[in-house]
Amino acid sequence: MSDMLDLTAVQAKEAMASGDLSPVEYGKAWAEAAAADELNAYLWRDGNGDSGGIEVDQPTVAPVAVKDIFCTEGVPTTAGSRILEGYRPAYTSTAVRRLLDAGAPILGKTNMDEFAMGSSNENSAYGPVLNPWDRGRVPGGSSGGSAAVVAGGLAPWAIGTDTGGSIRQPASLCGIVGLKPTYGAISRYGMIAFASSLDQCGPLTRDVRDAALMLSILQGADPCDSTSVGLEEAPRLPDREDLKGLRFAVPSDLARDAIEPGVREVFEATLTTIEQLGGEIAEVPLPHAEHGISAYYVIAPAEASSNLARYDGVRYGMRSEAGGDLIEMYETTRAEGFGTEVKRRIMLGTYALSSGYYEAYYGQAQKVRTKIAADFAAAFAEFDFVVTPTSPSVAFGLGEKTADPLAMYLNDFFTVPMSLAGIPAISIPAGLAEPAGGGPQLPVGFQIAAPAFAEQKLLDAAHALEQAIGFEARPQGAPGG
Amino acid sequence: MAKLARLGLSEEEVETMAGELSGILEHVDRISELELDDVPPTSHVVELENVLRADVPHESLDRDVALAQAPDPVDGAFRVPSPQAEG
Repeated sequence: MSDMLDLTAVQAKEAMASGDLSPVEYGKAWAEAAAADELNAYLWRDGNGDSGGIEVDQPTVAPVAVKDIFCTEGVPTTAGSRILEGYRPAYTSTAVRRLLDAGAPILGKTNMDEFAMGSSNENSAYGPVLNPWDRGRVPGGSSGGSAAVVAGGLAPWAIGTDTGGSIRQPASLCGIVGLKPTYGAISRYGMIAFASSLDQCGPLTRDVRDAALMLSILQGADPCDSTSVGLEEAPRLPDREDLKGLRFAVPSDLARDAIEPGVREVFEATLTTIEQLGGEIAEVPLPHAEHGISAYYVIAPAEASSNLARYDGVRYGMRSEAGGDLIEMYETTRAEGFGTEVKRRIMLGTYALSSGYYEAYYGQAQKVRTKIAADFAAAFAEFDFVVTPTSPSVAFGLGEKTADPLAMYLNDFFTVPMSLAGIPAISIPAGLAEPAGGGPQLPVGFQIAAPAFAEQKLLDAAHALEQAIGFEARPQGAPGG
Repeated sequence: MAKLARLGLSEEEVETMAGELSGILEHVDRISELELDDVPPTSHVVELENVLRADVPHESLDRDVALAQAPDPVDGAFRVPSPQAEG
């Protein structure tokens, strides 16, 4: 039974197609694995006759864990918030619909930072997710549940969303692969909105080939999301083995001092591996990347403050019992329904958009965004990829950064610029490193970014590098080692 | 600001948040020093022009389904407290 769980999603698909693997047995094995969740990674699991309208008759693809930000008809969808407790959407998001149509059953809905705001999963109204490598540490966020279930052997693969790093950073902290596709590659229809100009759905998987398979299922233009354009061609499974002729850029202003020594070592070693595979490495200036966090923490909260106006206790979700007139009802409902980080960002965003401050904050941040995109465009005129560590540190301790919101924000330093530029970026596990404060070794992610819509090239290179790195470590007890 | 956002905050929350927000704004304010007068703002990263579709009628959500998730649906509508303060 356990060797069934060792299969990657690509291997399982092939084995089911050839008749070597029983889809029913395989699905059952994963349902049992998911039921053993001790990480608080699932908020809802299938298997108790509660699957609403989203059944799959004949699975042909591995069952998927879905971040609880995707609307699923008849199945609870909370976005990690108290304000949506008990909400059962009337429709299914396009991303989930595509998975169902491809024959992938929904294994469960995963825990997340409330409305995807956070980098540690500690902002969930339903409690933090524990990192399967060390339960005293965070799995990263905001797609922390989706990363933890894949790393912890509670799901073969998962989908999440990435607004400023919410797929790549938890993938890095949990030792798995996480891909943020080009903005517009996948429909956002039915994906609960955080910051609409940045939000993008993507896969969290055990390896790069699984990420390619998942992307080929998810991508495509959708009439329900006018910003979705899809990829020119559905991605093929990558099989490239070398990096000959490819040029990799390391940002010359990479804040090396801000990176943990262990992470820096793994990063440098990975650059050497790239050279051994025939890739070229050189430095390139990305002068505006350092302003990425500032621009992001204006744009994202501004858009969030507008998107979250809809949670007012009228059409769905909870309503405060406190009574009073209509305005008081709005205020008490939102006070009781939202957590601290969400309130903080609504306040920040409302301020940034308020009369007299709009140009100084939102307007200026959008101009910085233009400059960051131009920096990347200049880099890609000479280089195929830009590479950085995914996160400046390995997984940090629960509660370690909750007291200082700015320190938590700065954790997104390496992932935010790509989001602002709308370009695809992948994090692959590159090795293990000791945390700065000492302790057992933990996974380190390596981020590769490519020009918009160059997903195939990105996946090919990531696959070649992944094979050469040969990252085999798994958390204790997890399958797939 | 909390009034604008229709967000009820306790005295304590206002106090903590005021400190945190000024710290964040101080960091964010660094971008105000950049000379960007001639730079066009980016609101959308992928070049797209007027995405149009055919105006084909399709079925929309049934009213009962749309109302099913509301905290207080009454007679095919969303009921809310009176906008006038009571007594």
